[in-house]
Amino acid sequence: MSAPGPARQPHRLGSGGHIDRSRTLSFRFDGCSLTGHPGDTLASALLANGVRLVARSFKYHRPRGIQGEGAEDPSGLVALGRGDRHEPNTRATLTTLTDGLVARSQNRWPSLRWDAAALTAVASAFMPAGFYYKTFITPPQVWPLAGPILRRMAGMGRSPTAPDPDRYEHRTAHCDVLVVGAGPAGLMAAQAAARCGARVILADERAWMGGCLLKEKTRLDGRPGTAWVADALEELASRDDRVTLLPATTVTGQHDHGFWLAADRIYDRPDAPAAGEGPRQRLWHIRATQTVLATGAIERPLVFAGNDRAGVMLAGAARAFVNQYGVTPGRRAVVFTSHDEGYRTVFDLRGAGIEVVAVVDPRPEVRGPLPDRARAVGVRVLDGHVIGDTRGHPTRGLEGVALHRYHDGGMVPVGEWIEADLLAMSGGWSPTLHLHAQTGARPVWDDDLLAFRPDPWRMPPWMAGGCAGTRGLDAVLRQGLEAGRNAVEAAGLRLTGAPPPVPAIDRDEPSEVGEGTPQAPLWAVPKPAMAGGKRFVDIQDDVTAEDIALAHQEGFATVEHLKRYTALGMGTDQGKTSNVNGLALLAEARGEPIPMVGTTTFRVPYTPITMGALAGESVGPRFAPVRRSPMHEAQAEAGAVFQTVGPWLRPRYFPRDGETLAEAVRREVLATRANVGMVDVSFLGKIDIQGPDAAEFLNRVYINGWKSLPVGRVRYGLMLREDGMALDDGTCARLAEDHVAMTTTTANAGRVMAHLEHALQVHWPDLDVRLVSTTDAWAAVAIAGPKSRQLLDLVTDLDVSNEALPFMGLTVGPVCGLPARVFRISFSGELAYEINVPAGYGDALWRRLTQAGAALGLVPYGSEALGVMRIEKGHVAGAELDGRTTPHDLGLGRMVSTKKSFIGKRLLQRPALQDPDRPALVGLVPEDGRTAIPAGSQLIATEHAAEAVPIPMLGHVSSACSGPSVGHPVALGFLKGGLARWEGQTVVAAYPLKGTQVRARVVPPHFHDPDGSRQNA
Amino acid sequence: MMLIPCPWCGPRPRVDFSYGGPDPADHPRPADDAPLEAWTRYVYERDTPKGSARELWRHAAGCRQWFVVERDTVTHEVAGSHPLPGAPRPVGEDL
Amino acid sequence: MIRYSALSLLRQGFAGHGGWPRAWRDADPRPDYDVVIVGGGGHGLATAYYLARNHGIKRIAVLEKGWLGGGSVGRNTTIVRSNYLLDANAAFYEHGMKLWTRLSRDLNYNVMFSQRGVLNLAHTDAQMEAFARRGNAMRLNGIDAEVLDVPAIKQLAPLLDTSAEARFPIVGGLIQPRAGTARHDAVAWGYARAASALGVDIIQRCEVTEILRDTKGAITGVETTRGRIRAEKIGLCVAGQTSRLAAMVDLPLPLETHLLQAMVTEPVKPCLDTVVTSGAAHCYISQTDKGELVFGGDLDGYPSYAQRGETPLVEHVCAAAVSLFPAFSRLRLMRTWGGVMDMSMDGSPIIDRTPVPGLYLNAGWCYGGFKATPAAGWCLAHTIAHDAPHDLVKPFALDRFARGATLDEKGAGPTPALH
Repeated sequence: MSAPGPARQPHRLGSGGHIDRSRTLSFRFDGCSLTGHPGDTLASALLANGVRLVARSFKYHRPRGIQGEGAEDPSGLVALGRGDRHEPNTRATLTTLTDGLVARSQNRWPSLRWDAAALTAVASAFMPAGFYYKTFITPPQVWPLAGPILRRMAGMGRSPTAPDPDRYEHRTAHCDVLVVGAGPAGLMAAQAAARCGARVILADERAWMGGCLLKEKTRLDGRPGTAWVADALEELASRDDRVTLLPATTVTGQHDHGFWLAADRIYDRPDAPAAGEGPRQRLWHIRATQTVLATGAIERPLVFAGNDRAGVMLAGAARAFVNQYGVTPGRRAVVFTSHDEGYRTVFDLRGAGIEVVAVVDPRPEVRGPLPDRARAVGVRVLDGHVIGDTRGHPTRGLEGVALHRYHDGGMVPVGEWIEADLLAMSGGWSPTLHLHAQTGARPVWDDDLLAFRPDPWRMPPWMAGGCAGTRGLDAVLRQGLEAGRNAVEAAGLRLTGAPPPVPAIDRDEPSEVGEGTPQAPLWAVPKPAMAGGKRFVDIQDDVTAEDIALAHQEGFATVEHLKRYTALGMGTDQGKTSNVNGLALLAEARGEPIPMVGTTTFRVPYTPITMGALAGESVGPRFAPVRRSPMHEAQAEAGAVFQTVGPWLRPRYFPRDGETLAEAVRREVLATRANVGMVDVSFLGKIDIQGPDAAEFLNRVYINGWKSLPVGRVRYGLMLREDGMALDDGTCARLAEDHVAMTTTTANAGRVMAHLEHALQVHWPDLDVRLVSTTDAWAAVAIAGPKSRQLLDLVTDLDVSNEALPFMGLTVGPVCGLPARVFRISFSGELAYEINVPAGYGDALWRRLTQAGAALGLVPYGSEALGVMRIEKGHVAGAELDGRTTPHDLGLGRMVSTKKSFIGKRLLQRPALQDPDRPALVGLVPEDGRTAIPAGSQLIATEHAAEAVPIPMLGHVSSACSGPSVGHPVALGFLKGGLARWEGQTVVAAYPLKGTQVRARVVPPHFHDPDGSRQNA
Repeated sequence: MMLIPCPWCGPRPRVDFSYGGPDPADHPRPADDAPLEAWTRYVYERDTPKGSARELWRHAAGCRQWFVVERDTVTHEVAGSHPLPGAPRPVGEDL
Repeated sequence: MIRYSALSLLRQGFAGHGGWPRAWRDADPRPDYDVVIVGGGGHGLATAYYLARNHGIKRIAVLEKGWLGGGSVGRNTTIVRSNYLLDANAAFYEHGMKLWTRLSRDLNYNVMFSQRGVLNLAHTDAQMEAFARRGNAMRLNGIDAEVLDVPAIKQLAPLLDTSAEARFPIVGGLIQPRAGTARHDAVAWGYARAASALGVDIIQRCEVTEILRDTKGAITGVETTRGRIRAEKIGLCVAGQTSRLAAMVDLPLPLETHLLQAMVTEPVKPCLDTVVTSGAAHCYISQTDKGELVFGGDLDGYPSYAQRGETPLVEHVCAAAVSLFPAFSRLRLMRTWGGVMDMSMDGSPIIDRTPVPGLYLNAGWCYGGFKATPAAGWCLAHTIAHDAPHDLVKPFALDRFARGATLDEKGAGPTPALH
């Protein structure tokens, strides 16, 4: 907080508004030090300092000021923050002013005042909507050059380049009644619901609740409207066990079944913590039984030549700057309105000492309480007139407006320029129907309201106030009350307690809207022949009335075509102020009424949401949960290098003394093959299967037979998808007649479990079998190598002799003093055992085995060595089980039972899957005995090796390793026709990505111990 | 986000569930020796009705039961749900 | 028709642009045509264009139930690539790539084809090996592909988190440099304009309510909301609605209709000059010419004809995007939308005759239909004109499922939500 400085803020009123003048906040805009007060937005503070030029437009880089005062503002976009807190394209109108805030203009070079790209204005006659579709076509080299230039011209602000230092979070909330919008209707609805004991959430996108009661000088019950707001909020806050108030929280989307998304800009709240304290924004997932939408209405600009200058402002925004912020957005004002409510601006501006020189109104002979009062106070009311053009200074903005007489759509210049630096315009109000319409409601056009109303068939959500098309504060308050009570009843709650009283509205306030001349539709003032300005419809994306006419002329005559062809409403404001004007102009061009043209789809979100808020906590290292083996710590201590494999962190290798990956893997493999190694296999999927029909169930899901598997034995199995392709392989151990322990591959653990549950519940509910995933319940270590039996014998009293525990046998009992299941199975091709203990003992198992095995030369090995050994042995794994291979392709055709049915059997019989020419598993060794055959190579015929591409492919290399145990590199791959056609022949493994080719001999895919004598030892 | 009524656990957010094809009552698994055409139809072909549909869903992050949901594929309205034949009865359901 | 060029733009600029004619004629239906294409999206319009241009067929109508280009062609993330593993896909999409490179000139309409490359990120060595397999296959098929190491990736996309601390560290990537993006709407409009200039009738707000057949079952025309239209050949190009139309002739199809969302941020100055995809993170990212960052992800996962999706998917895509590009956290997501996908059961399309004489099918594009627009139109036009499939689409035959000759680029099996 800085000390009150010298007299600044030349456009700040001495009193009035809802700001705290006792405190001064410092901020910077484009390097200038400026001041404001608590209660200001960045927009109001800029205006208070007389800063009118704040931005450059998207296409023509035209100088722009602030046109609105809230979410609707299309033009006042700035960059906020410094360094890693930089943030582009932020609406100044929704940014709560804080001390030390730093803002910069954007989309300009070298400066906001002197933007080189504004020179495009000279060429703008040749850049109508969609001009880029019509040029840069020939020669073909031109678009690759022009495209990047256009891209640099577009794009508004700059992306941050550093990681975001702030934190975001998601929160879920449930309520009986969600009320969106804390204006008069929303406050009434929320009070009505809260008094019945309903759980209420009241959210409002603005930092200060109260809606139009903050912006207008309305008096309720003889007091300022803000006093009524304060009382209502106090009552709601007193019920804090049932009521949640969410200021600075935009409900951005309506989703299915009462689900709403709301973005809480915590740092924009009046009581915001300092940056870095707590989450910056919070995304609320709200499940509401009932919802009241009280989202108000958005004022429409008028379309006339030169309507984009800084100083041309929505009338309601001008009133809000005066009334809420005590800021004068100009010294000398003209009001341009097509309806009576715009006249309210006259009195509020005059009350703030702004000279109102004229009201320009296209309607002829305007009569009514407000126009009459304006005349009575001496303001020139120019009914039957329009503004045909404006003039101004490139950076200071508006200086004058050109008056034209207007009659029946035609206009005659009066030849008068009225000097003014503020033009407050109003083309009427459009109910804010975005949330209402997001799930498919179709708003209906109302010719009296000159706007779309809610779809009457899509309530609830209940609509109240301006968004329902309701005019007049009394009606708005009553509708809010009714909507709140409707919501309570619809939520299944009882209407109890006294409803909140509807306050009386002082009639001496300018609230007599609707008693005078009806609003006149004025979608665009014709462009006078000599007018210098363009008639902007969408001032963010620089879409003009001429663009809309051109789009129609070229056949882009539906509202969606218009939007896509001209970019109307495609900016960051999503056309809040421009869409209705645009489609009305399209309807005029088509010669059809507006309802025939319809609206564009209202899409989520209502206003843009920070990516960080949507991502929530699940970013960076927390993007996905990390799974660790129960023996992770012990392995880390043993020097393991871990690798991300799906959700898991797996030990990849255990380097010693600065070994490289290749050196360590070679050592681990050779030591295992020579002595004994151990590897963590806790990652494998494990499913416990129990019930009298367990074996029958296995029979139906695996291609091979299971009925004959005796208790105490293990069998390898392959299961298929229903389409005949291999899904997964693994082993099943029969622990009892009705009890099987299944393992799956790590990658497919979840998928196999779901597959089995589906089969059991959907196909065979008659089978008496139960399944439970035990992947996390067991820790497992495989010990492999000629000395593995010796090691096992050291740590258990169980009989582990070859006779008692043969290959594919199992035993249960204490190992290392831990309750264990021991399966004699082998992935490495060595004599090997897999020891399973309850997960909590995993760490102990690893440490005790390490200790016991030291004397035997036990080495830990990781997933790399495991992979090398399985390739040497010729076992298939993930690279082979790629979802496109049949049992035959994998060399497992002989396992397919012909005696029983199983999942995948029938479609496996399709002709293309029986084709002997299908790629099938083979082994590959380099012809020169030395050169590695890289995995990912494509296999081609030797006679094609020297040819130019395209070259026909015969198959590919799926897995490869240096073959430390066999003394030369080896690989597994698939070749069309398989071994039957290729055994002993030479093919070329081509790796054009690196420009290499290796001649490889085709051999059976078992390089190490092909007869199995080692694993059976 | 949709609320899917699990017959056993009650309404839960859609992300707790996974979709698994049409209601098997409408799309039964053929007999083992049925012609290949019948199997092709079963494994590959879908009707995907526009409007009211009967679908198989699984409470993947809950009780892991498969069941049938009647849901509108245009409005996403859910009309109801019921267990598959042979499934355990939801607690409280009349026997 | 005025030929589009810098010169005509200049001339019209001086004349206030009053002389630009309609881009395409908004035709009323005539009673009969040689060929009726159902679906005024990219594929339907391209088919009509190539039928007229390559095959000299004169009387062609394109029937669109809503507004031209309102379906998938206007809702996708505009990626164009031919980085496929399987030969059949590679040949087809590479033919498409060749058509893309001259499309703006062929159509006299700038479709803003921008060959900024498509980069697939690998997060594990196994993934890198799978990418190598695909990249080598691409190269041998005559398609450009390069493997990139981490420093090269960092250079190409400086805002990517290439650190080892990332949850899924990047270990390398595969890029197709000739791949890129195009302006999706312009593709529909460009084909419409060029087809219209060749005499094709483009009929909007004309929904097919019935497909008419003679006693032998052969196609005789369609009943529409704008009256009966006779034609002996009908091409269906109605992604997302194919099953529904095929049901009119009792033709069950290996398709399921799903919902796919996409989303864009507010526009920013150029900061990502390539298309980045990550399988581990389930998302793909590029930057439009306007400056918006476009994101896409997985399906919502259940059948839907609603063109709007749910928040969990959006949140997941944002989490993935922010994890890959931590600097994007402070950008704001401005718009999300949904499209309706024909998900085929092997992830590959169907372009073929059907058992119904005179009915031709172009369907099952899953997420990938946009890039196929020129090639699909080219091949379907050939298939219709000759009543025999174009060589490039013979592998995309409808009976491949019955034969077992599926084209499963991902190996995901008959679960459409996994493709």
